[in-house]
Amino acid sequence: MILNPTSLLKQFTQYQQLMSFERTLEKLKILADAAKYDVSCSSSGSQRKNTNKGIGDSTGMGICHSYTEDGRCVSLLKILLTNYCIFDCAYCVTRKSNDVKRAAFKVQEVVDLTINFYRRNYIEGLFLSSGIFKSADYTMERLVAVAKKLRIEENFNGYIHLKSIPGASDELMREAGLYADRLSVNIEIPTKSGLKLLAPDKNFEDFIKPMEKVKNEIIQYKAEKKIIKSTPKYAPAGQSTQMIVGASGENDFQILKTAEHYYKNYNLKRVYYSGYVPISLDSRLPKIGSEVPMLRENRLYQSDWLTRFYGFQTSEIVNQNHQNLDLDIDPKLSWALRNLHEFPVDVNKAEKRMLARVPGVGMKSVAKIVMARKHRRLNWEHLKKIGIAFNRAQYFLVCDSHQFERRDLTAEKIKASIFKNSKSKYEKLLSPQLNLFS
Amino acid sequence: MNGKILIYDGSFEGFLTCIFHIFEYNLKDVSIQNEFLIQNGLFSENETIITDKEKSDRVWQGLKGKVAAISATKMYYAFLSEQLGIENILLDYLQYIFSTKKKVDTDFTHASVLKTSQIAKNVSREKHRMEAFVRFKLTKDEIYFANIAPDFNVLPLISKHFKSRYADQKWVIYDIKRNYGLHYDLNSLEIIQMDFPKNFDFSKTDDNFFSEKEFEFQKLWQDYFKSTNITERKNMKLHIRHVPKRYWKYLSEKQP
Repeated sequence: MILNPTSLLKQFTQYQQLMSFERTLEKLKILADAAKYDVSCSSSGSQRKNTNKGIGDSTGMGICHSYTEDGRCVSLLKILLTNYCIFDCAYCVTRKSNDVKRAAFKVQEVVDLTINFYRRNYIEGLFLSSGIFKSADYTMERLVAVAKKLRIEENFNGYIHLKSIPGASDELMREAGLYADRLSVNIEIPTKSGLKLLAPDKNFEDFIKPMEKVKNEIIQYKAEKKIIKSTPKYAPAGQSTQMIVGASGENDFQILKTAEHYYKNYNLKRVYYSGYVPISLDSRLPKIGSEVPMLRENRLYQSDWLTRFYGFQTSEIVNQNHQNLDLDIDPKLSWALRNLHEFPVDVNKAEKRMLARVPGVGMKSVAKIVMARKHRRLNWEHLKKIGIAFNRAQYFLVCDSHQFERRDLTAEKIKASIFKNSKSKYEKLLSPQLNLFS
Repeated sequence: MNGKILIYDGSFEGFLTCIFHIFEYNLKDVSIQNEFLIQNGLFSENETIITDKEKSDRVWQGLKGKVAAISATKMYYAFLSEQLGIENILLDYLQYIFSTKKKVDTDFTHASVLKTSQIAKNVSREKHRMEAFVRFKLTKDEIYFANIAPDFNVLPLISKHFKSRYADQKWVIYDIKRNYGLHYDLNSLEIIQMDFPKNFDFSKTDDNFFSEKEFEFQKLWQDYFKSTNITERKNMKLHIRHVPKRYWKYLSEKQP
């Protein structure tokens, strides 16, 4: 048999291509799996226009291109550059002492994946994080290299979220913000003592350093932009962080106070709360197989929304006397029941601020009510059609109908009546408490 | 049904021409019907209205002078819902708007104002879904092709989004339910109609048409989709609420 060199070469290249595809596939599995505990998926707020006839545009609102079976949004290609790590944080699946398969992407591989996924309309952009290998700066440099390549070589205007590596230098953080839309550093553990227990090699100041630098750069960028419109963008979608809930014994008061601290002092766009998913046999942590605190996580997000959009102060939601959020009712209803003297609110007269505090009335309804009541006095029928949750709202409102709640009901009575007429999606988790009122 | 029925060609301009006609002749007890969906009333009198750009423009301009820009847009969105009887809800809405000197487009206690706003909201949701759920597949001749079958006629609403996003690639988005599509050739956008082979399976990726690379990226995407899921948090009810089953057949990550 005579061997044909061209066909041999062709076969060889095909084989190589196949191998490289199989290898990428394996890496993607490992490094996506390791990145999935980072909850941020936001892809809005960057206002990056496609002016250069390149690829991508992120001027509109964020888009969730899909949802995983756990119901979480898939909007960015969320991966680690590598899961090799020199740290040994107990709560982290990538910790040095954990026996997992390790892998690392090349810079070009991440760029190719991002562009090809983006072209198919799978994603809004890239969320790149990494285990820390060698040193903070060495790692940060590689993250920045990916973002730079995407922006400069590929003309990419999609969304880029980079992780700020604790301890990274100011120069690198400056550069990172020039290519990324958002930067984030996860504090993970809300208290210093918890951090000492679970991540003994990590230094609290190392988290703060890049966060402080990014904050100052953003302030400067905003100031300069007012004078010179063409000032290069610096992290236009801001900064965020994440805290693990239910790993180190903090109560909701501590968690929300910490969140408030970061919102106020570092101008964070978002604080994310991540119910701890048990991944370790470590005795310092909840056992494998124990329930993920999803309901508690949900209540924390509701509280976060109340402070960011509804005009609540954190101290109204949790305080020394009320350190944990109720699980059976939402934080707004909980606040209302503790402050019955503020009610009932007159729908046709009350200020926006007070309307927003009525349980069962969201901000969309508030806006509609304010517009609609200019035309005529509103009654229950109008309000139901506008879309308020009547079952909760009826105890806290008066309107242009004669039938409204006149009895002086106690908080317990109101709560019991609300439960009687509703079905919580968390019923399974709550059934012991519900029985008290049936 | 008594009274008069105006028949139009299904276009937005055609609909606005009917509105012009109704106001011009001060017609009472009248309704509007798409010529493709005629339901004859027993004692009704039909009249076909020829679409007139000038008349429809006048109505549109008139509306814009009476309401906030967002309300005019909502009216157009609601029209694209193609819901049975939408023309008559909008007719009632417009009669209310033009009946008074005051601005009443935010009077959500009026049935048609609220209804229009709610239908517009549904259409806008479908628009947003299509911006999310379009899945391009690369063809052998380097065109990124996607087929959709939206509940409402949202293709006109999503063209701008895709044009500014994918300015450096050729693409086609085809509405297989309404049999027309958008084609971008790196310069301009045009409306096209295509003939597909008989029994063409839009949920599959046929290797006669699509590039070899396409299969690799679909596989990567499918695997990514699985790896990024946290099984301990499984919540199918929420999953289905966000990605209703009727959209699954054209989503590559939901293919077996």
